[in-house]
This record gives sequence, structure tokens and C-alpha cells, in this order.
Amino acid sequence: MEAHADTTTNAGQLIAAGGRRRWGDRIFSNVSVAAALAILALLAGVAAFLLIQAAPAVTAASSELPGGKSLIDYIAPLAFGTVLAATIAVVLAVPLAVAVALFISHIAPRRLLLPLGYMVDLLAAIPSIVYGLWGIFVLGPAAVGPMEWLEQKLGFLPFFEGPASVTGRTMLVAGLVLTVMILPIVSAVAREVFSQAPRKLQEGALALGATRWEMIRMTVLPFGKSSIISGAMLGLGRALGETMAVTIILSVSGIVTFNLISQANPSTIAANIALDFPESTGLAINTLIASGLVLFAITLVTNLIARAIISRQNIQ
Amino acid sequence: MKGPLRAFYIFFTFPTQAGNKLFGAPCECGGKLAGPGPLLCPNDEKEFELSPSRWLAILASLAVLAIGVSACGSSSDDSSGSAAAGDLSGQIAGAGSTAQEAAQEAWIAEFENANSGATVSYDAVGSGGGREQFIAGGVAYAGSDAALSTEEGELEKAAKRCGSGKLVEVPAYISPIAVIYNLEGVESLQLDPETLAKIFNQEITAWDDPAIAKDNPGTELPDTRITPVNRSDESGTTQNFTEYLSEVVPSIWKYEVSGDWPVKGGEAAQGTSGVVEAVTAGDGAIGYADASQAGELGVATIKVGKEYAEPTPAAAAKIVEESPEAKDLAKSPYMFPFELDRKTESQGTYPIVLVSYLIGCTKYGSAGEGELVKGYFEYAVSSEGQEIAAENAGSAPLSAGLAKKIAPAVEAIEG
Repeated sequence: MEAHADTTTNAGQLIAAGGRRRWGDRIFSNVSVAAALAILALLAGVAAFLLIQAAPAVTAASSELPGGKSLIDYIAPLAFGTVLAATIAVVLAVPLAVAVALFISHIAPRRLLLPLGYMVDLLAAIPSIVYGLWGIFVLGPAAVGPMEWLEQKLGFLPFFEGPASVTGRTMLVAGLVLTVMILPIVSAVAREVFSQAPRKLQEGALALGATRWEMIRMTVLPFGKSSIISGAMLGLGRALGETMAVTIILSVSGIVTFNLISQANPSTIAANIALDFPESTGLAINTLIASGLVLFAITLVTNLIARAIISRQNIQ
Repeated sequence: MKGPLRAFYIFFTFPTQAGNKLFGAPCECGGKLAGPGPLLCPNDEKEFELSPSRWLAILASLAVLAIGVSACGSSSDDSSGSAAAGDLSGQIAGAGSTAQEAAQEAWIAEFENANSGATVSYDAVGSGGGREQFIAGGVAYAGSDAALSTEEGELEKAAKRCGSGKLVEVPAYISPIAVIYNLEGVESLQLDPETLAKIFNQEITAWDDPAIAKDNPGTELPDTRITPVNRSDESGTTQNFTEYLSEVVPSIWKYEVSGDWPVKGGEAAQGTSGVVEAVTAGDGAIGYADASQAGELGVATIKVGKEYAEPTPAAAAKIVEESPEAKDLAKSPYMFPFELDRKTESQGTYPIVLVSYLIGCTKYGSAGEGELVKGYFEYAVSSEGQEIAAENAGSAPLSAGLAKKIAPAVEAIEG
């Protein structure tokens, strides 16, 4: 018994010695296990709720659904819009976030480090409705001119086909606002890893005559590559589910198009639920919930991919 | 991965994490760590085994959590209390139309001021939701942009909800819907229904179109592109606007009438404020919104008969007064569902209006509840109540004739 305890752990000893008096431990561990299980139960409950509530819409005849279209025809443009808006945000945010992270971790003067870090994190603290209002009152009107320019100069690309919106409430502007919103998450993840890049390698590179950019390119970026990817995935997850900002900004039209600067844009799943739920009843609500189920699935897959990338890096 | 990053990762990724890392399978316990190590490492296999008593404790903890959650969601009370002499008391709840929300808020504030013991609440869940909750008995009254319909047996179910009592349905909120536009250099704009429909179904795409010029002799129209703005959310305003178009010019407006905007490719904005904002922002934009919200924007006059009508409160109230009642939707003598005569050519009327109803019963489970509903309805349709709604929500007060017509319905509610 004693030998056993020595070779493995002295926990048994402690428990034997302390006996039943260690109530604090037991309560703490029971409560924490219960809390962990509660999260699982909650998640299962949400999934079950979505499935049960979506079922009537899945089985109903398409003529009974809102718009008289089949469920897939109803959700597909929304899913397209959701992914499009989130993709714009990630494509624009990742380079920006990496640059911000590199500046903070390797370039900024030491006394600027903390305030800068806080500022970036503060971006995440701004409520999304405020971003929405900013988008509609400031960024949208300001983007009208540049979007007309895009239409004239780059109109041959399907993205800038136009005609450019006169109000600025377009997919491009919604994507830009989402970019700002996910910037803090992506840059925080990248910053954290960049600052942990092996100092020896960095010093070695500099000692061999590398410029600062070459040092970063050869040591820091390869080290942080998978963290950039996983940060991008986390950002993508947020952009996919973002509701209020998109609801306010985007001029939605239920169509599928890659044209980013016109007044007619596909809606996103979350924005569509927010817009239509207040006046919906019966089967229309089931249909909205079915679209929510699709969003749930999309974010789940995104998260799983992020996890897979992170854990692959951990093994390496 | 260390420190904050790990916290991030755990926070934002899936909680199944708990299975492997968080609870730390490779936890460096026992041999390696001295001192308090084992205490920090509760997942020592022996300790972590879930014995029956342990399960009980966990379940108990879960139960406590669950009770905590459900306590927050406990349902509202029914109305109660008896009326003190002259002063109403107790509480009632209503739900429904978002269009009525501002008016309801104003009515409730004044009503509660006058009856210190009374509490009225109104949940703007939307017209359909309000009717549904009323039928289910969840609320004492509903506010609805549409009269109770025969669809899916709604009328029968509503009648059943009132038990031995009768249904009451009175118009209480009338709002003209204005066609607002933003076009540089054009101070006034006249449109006939055909042109209006063609603008909104995107057949007419430029402001200097001959069809618009024909309605506006003497006005210099620019060649600006037209940006029609519609509501992106489902709304009674859209419903009434499209109803007008499809009744007056069915050959041009071939879409089904619904609260969802049917034409694709236009500019869409959330809520009345969103539409007003979008029209304000875009040169060449045209939209529709409650007349009271038009602000500084240009308001188009609409051709009715031979004249062009303005969306004034008086003109809106007049068309409701002149419209016939929809007899087939009136289940009781106390229901006044109107079939708006949008094709009217009568002068001084404005045909694009939204009419919103108050729906209740003549008899409730308790006399106190009935008394309160009666008092509240009376106040809402009174000239004072209508004035306050006009002030706060920009609605058009009921005309004297209409108010007189519906008075017996409110009177019939048993207190």
C-alpha cells in the first residue's frame, strides 16, 4: 500500500490521512464536473431544439413554406451570403491582423506595447450594434465614391460589376465592418504566438546578417503559421454568426451574386432570422430555425477544422 | 501553446476539450510534483471514478443549476385584483403589431398615470404573434395590422377563446404611408399609381423617364438612376403598400401581397428608420414609410381620381371612414374589420394607409380583467388617446364618425 502510493501518487495518502474532512475538495470537484456536464447538456439541448423545431419545415410541402420555395432554395442563398460575407472579412482581416501582431510583437517600441495591445483588444469590446451604426452612417456613405471608382476601373471583375449602390449599404461594406470586428481575435492569437517564437533562432538569423523582415519571414512566420490559420478560423466563426451589424448595414435581396458593390445582395442566415422573426408565425418560424440549424452546422465544421489544425501543430 | 492563447483556444473551441487536455490526462502528478500537486490534480484515476454517491452529488449540482435557470423563466401572473371605487387596478398584458408599439407605449403611460393601481404591458412581437398569443389565451388583448382572418380557422379559434363572450375588434391606429424620395433639385413630385408600381418593380429605372415627366409637367427631372428602397424585414407597412399596388394596378403589380417585399434587386433596409436613412443617403432613392417619419425628405403626392393626394392624417382617416366593412370577417356585432377601398376616387382621401386593430373579448375570466381591458380600449380610441398617439407615433386620429361607430363595441366589454 505504501509502496504503491510512493511510486504513483501520494494522493491516496493524503485522502487516507485527511479522510472525510476534505469537504472543500469534494464540493469543488463535484461542482466543476457538474458545470462541465451542464455545458455538454446545454449544447445537446440546443442541437435537439434546433432539430425538433426544424423538423416541421423539413417535412412540409414547399408550397407551405415562406415564398413557396423548397427549403433548400430558401436556405441556399442565405448560406451563400453568410459564407461570402465571412470570407471577405477573413481575406481582408488576416493580412491586417498578422501585420498588427508583428508590429506589436517585434517592431513597436517597448513602451508602446501594452497600450497598443489594449487598443486592439478594445476593438473586440465594442458592441456589434455600434459597429452596425458606424457602418450605416459613416463607412457606407464614405464608400459610395470608392465603389463607383471600382465599378469604372475594375468593372470587368464579377465582384465589381455594379451598378454601384448610391447608399453604400453593400456586401463589401458589410464585409469591411466584419473585418474590423474579427481583427482583434485573429491578431490576439497571432500576437501571442509570435512573441513566443524562439529567441535563439531570431538572434541567429540577425547574426547571420538577415534584415529584420528576413528574420521575421524565416523564423517568426513559419513558427506562427498554424496559429495564423487557427486564428483565421476563429475569426471566420465569429463572422459567420455575426447578426446585428449585418442586419443593419446590408441591403438584402435574397439573390445569389458575387457582385459586392450593388444594392442587391444575398442576405445572411443570422441577419435573415433577425429580420423576419418578429413577424413570423407557425411554419415560417420552423423554416427560420431550420436555417439556424444550417448555420450551427457550418460553424461546427469551421470549429472542427480549426481544432484539427491546432492539434496537428501540437503534435509536431 | 501556453498562457492566454490556450485560454482563448479553450474558450472558443468546442467543449469536448474536457475529455483530454483540460482535465489533463498527461497531468504531471504524483512523482514529479511535490507538495500540493495531487490536490491540483483531481483526475487521478481513483479520484475521478464516478461512484454512485458522486453521481448523486453531480446530479444534485445540476438540479440546482436547472432550478436557478427555470426560476428566471417562471411565467407571468394572471390579472388579479378588484377595481377600487372609480380607479382601475390589476394588470393585463397585450401583444402584437410593431407598428402600434409607439402608440401603445403612449397609451399605457397615460392610462397608468390615470389609474395608479393598473399595470398594462404590451409586447411588440408582431401582428401574427399577437393574434396567436391572444387565441392561446396568453394575453388579454392583441394589436394587429390585419383583421382576424378565416385562414386556418383563425376566426373560429379566436371566438372560442372568448368563451361565452364575443369578439371585439376595433381600428385604433391609422397611419398614412408616405412615398418618400431624395432627388436633388426636385422639390415636389407627383405620381400616378401605374408609375409608382413601375418604379417599385424596377420597370422605370431613370428619373427622366417620360412616364414620370408626364405626371410632373414643368419639373426639370435629372437623368439620375432610380434606387427603390424597400423594407428588409417583414412588416405591415410593406403589406399595406403592396396591397395598394396590387389592388389599384393589378396589371402591373403581379406579386402576391405579403409583409415580405416581393421584388428582388432593390435596396433594402431594416425598419422604418432604416428606409428613411437609406433614402436620405442615396441621391435618386425612393421608398415608403410611415408619413410621420418622413422628416425633411420629399413626399410624393399620389394620384387619386383626378387629383394628387397628400398623406395627411385627415385624408387617411377619411378613407377608413368611407370604406366598407368586411362582413364575412365580422363574427360578432362588435367587430369592425375594414376592407379598405383603395381604388377610391373620392377627393380628400389618401389610399395608402395602414389600419391596425385592437382585438379583445366582451367577457373575461374575471370581472377585474374585463374592466381593465374595457378601460384601456376606451382610452385608446377616445379623442384624447388618439391625440396622444398622433403626437407620439404620428398616426392619424380616428374621425369622429368612426369613433362613434365603434364606441358600442368597447362599451360591450363586461367589467
